[in-house]
Amino acid sequence: MIHWDHLPLWASLPTAALLVLGGGFTLTGCLGLLRLPHFYQRIHGPAITITLGTGCILIASMLLFSTLETRPVLHELLITLFLLMTTPMVSMLIMRAAVHRDLRQQHRLAAEKESPIAVYRDIQHQSRGDRKTS
Amino acid sequence: MNHVLPIALIFAMSCVSIAALLCCLRLLIGPSAQDRVLALDTLWICSMLMCLLLGIRYGSMIYFEVALLIALLGFVSTIAMAKFLMRGEIIE
Repeated sequence: MIHWDHLPLWASLPTAALLVLGGGFTLTGCLGLLRLPHFYQRIHGPAITITLGTGCILIASMLLFSTLETRPVLHELLITLFLLMTTPMVSMLIMRAAVHRDLRQQHRLAAEKESPIAVYRDIQHQSRGDRKTS
Repeated sequence: MNHVLPIALIFAMSCVSIAALLCCLRLLIGPSAQDRVLALDTLWICSMLMCLLLGIRYGSMIYFEVALLIALLGFVSTIAMAKFLMRGEIIE
């Protein structure tokens, strides 16, 4: 609490505004994660948290520490850069996994509806083949 | 003098902790495995934000290193779990 007593007003007001905005964005994103009905809608909720919430809080931190130390503190750019690079990759991988799993389940259900015996035979055949190879 | 900044900081901290609680709720009730992975990824981000806010609160740069480490570990673990969901194994 001591370290920001000498902070000028022109730095503290934007920092406070950015902190409030970042907290609000984070809460909104996680509320979306909880409330949206389907998985493919739910994956868009955390995107707000990650980009806007994290961005606002990181800029606030950068502003505060730069003003306190009277030199540009750019460490936070590392986290920003890292998150901006990795977030699309993570969400793309989770989405691909979800699509794979859903398609596999749909195929299995459709095949069972068509001819349950064929699926049973198929499974038996597969397990026999596995046993042979192993 | 500056009474705005502590209030904003407390507001942001409570927002981030409520967000982490919501993520935990989704982690518990999530109907499918991919929901749980997504909730866990968001939980990593929430804990990273909490570390940054604590760093602002106490004015030390050590919390920043912790946040960087959390971001790195969260990325790797989420990639591993997504790969496990897709293939059923991590290292082929």
